[in-house]
Amino acid sequence: MLKIENIEKTFNPGTANEVKALQGVNIEIEEGSFVCVLGTNGSGKSTALNAVAGTFLLDKGSIILDGEDISKWGEHKRAKYIGRVFQNPFSGTAPNMSIQENLMLALKRGKKRGIGWGLPSKLIKEFKEIVRPLNMGLEDRLENPIGKLSGGQRQALTLLMATALKPRLLLLDEHTAALDPKTASKVIDLTQKVISRDKLTTLMVTHSMQQAVNLGDRIIMMHQGKVAYDFKGDEKKRLKVNDLLTLFDELRRKDNVDTSVAALLEEYYV
Amino acid sequence: MALLIGSITIGLILALLALGIFISFRIFDFPDITAEGSFTFGAATGAALIVAGVNPLLASLIAFLAGMAAGAITGLIHTRFKINPLLAGILVMTALYSVNLHVMGKSNIPLLNETTVFTWVDNFSAWISGADTKTNLLGWQVAVKDLWLLLFCLITILSFCYLLWWFFKTNIGTAMRATGDNDQMIRALGVNTNSMIILGIALSNGFIALAGAMLAQYQGFADVQMGIGMMVWGLASVIIGEAIINDNSLGFVIAGAVVGSVLFRLLVAIALRWGLNPNDLKIITALFVFIALILPGIMKNKRKRNLKSTAHA
Repeated sequence: MLKIENIEKTFNPGTANEVKALQGVNIEIEEGSFVCVLGTNGSGKSTALNAVAGTFLLDKGSIILDGEDISKWGEHKRAKYIGRVFQNPFSGTAPNMSIQENLMLALKRGKKRGIGWGLPSKLIKEFKEIVRPLNMGLEDRLENPIGKLSGGQRQALTLLMATALKPRLLLLDEHTAALDPKTASKVIDLTQKVISRDKLTTLMVTHSMQQAVNLGDRIIMMHQGKVAYDFKGDEKKRLKVNDLLTLFDELRRKDNVDTSVAALLEEYYV
Repeated sequence: MALLIGSITIGLILALLALGIFISFRIFDFPDITAEGSFTFGAATGAALIVAGVNPLLASLIAFLAGMAAGAITGLIHTRFKINPLLAGILVMTALYSVNLHVMGKSNIPLLNETTVFTWVDNFSAWISGADTKTNLLGWQVAVKDLWLLLFCLITILSFCYLLWWFFKTNIGTAMRATGDNDQMIRALGVNTNSMIILGIALSNGFIALAGAMLAQYQGFADVQMGIGMMVWGLASVIIGEAIINDNSLGFVIAGAVVGSVLFRLLVAIALRWGLNPNDLKIITALFVFIALILPGIMKNKRKRNLKSTAHA
């Protein structure tokens, strides 16, 4: 369904700020699977997600969605097939526009936008039914600007907007990281509900091992711009938070060895 | 009174400029100084075509399209080559200065003996109520012709306001507003934000060029210098409008730009009447916009400080 083939990306190449964010990532995802991507800071997990979304173009490798190579496509073109929710609740909605206008923009994702009237009353009725299940009372406030809503409400709406037209692929980029624990769990509940209802193929980056253990059917752990571990099926089901912690420690220890060995060698040879 | 009516009429014509500035500045947060060039470009194109015998309505339409072309170039320079909006605007504005001289062939085109849109209104007025008739308006003697001109401008501007409001409520117009509000979000929803910026800045400069073409016809000449200071002028109108009509909904903001433009023109007329040196007009406009820009911040700080001091007490 989604094939990420040997992708590489270096930011600010040749400068002091050079970051080798992706160093040959290979991931293949089947239709309908829900993949959690874990990793330390700077492991490249969000970068990998953004590479799929098309925020930047790759140095090397290709991304193939349903047999179509989308590596050279611009972000807006890929949006036809991809729904996204961002880490920052401010990123996914237009704050000065009303809830109904935001929803209406989402219902046209990847479609032609002509000079037809944007908000026919039929559509507004439809919106009420879309937001009612959130139990946030938004159905009576559709004309309010979204900027007045809380971060949790905005994330919930962004999720609804990303999935209003069924996307071939849903990308969630630590979409609960900026929320308080209670709100985060509500948004996660909603996420789970929407994904299982529409059987969405999902790639979710998270920093929470608990989330990764509880959700989805596959865990990919990234480290230093590469896939370090990949657990599927029963293996994933048996995985506990403690197992993941042990793996993280292992990766970290390897790093330390690497750096200390390098320092040792440097003393000898430089 | 004739002065007052004249000022309102010019204020209404310049409301087109204010609408253009509103699009670039408020919708896209794009400080587009192309305005200074495209205002003259519109006037030059319109005047040159009218002198060449083209129907004045068609000439105005072509002026609008010419302004759109200028704006599209600014948008293209900004989006395609990643040049800062201000610099992109300065480049096109500077280039337009030469273009305008070429279009006009000289630095000033008189239109007094040509048939303009306003000649038609004059003729219409003479046909309805006879030439050179005066009427009593609130105790003043006013030329009927001037009232017809005012009415004509009012209807024209209101139709453009409605068109603009309608456009910004359509699917593509809403996407355009979203581009200015949160470009990341609207890209993720499949909109090419670069195209939106190019189209939006083009539209903005189309309105501004039309304002130039209308003003040239109204005052009876086009001058290569007439665009200078127009961006700040438009901005002042938009800011006054926002201050008076304290409502963020699209319709009110658009109406505000028109009210602001008329009011600003009236203020200027009154100041000039009271003996303000016309040479000082630009510096006072600039100061006015400067104060209007910093005022909201100062008020906010003051309110915060007040809150703090009451909290301490």
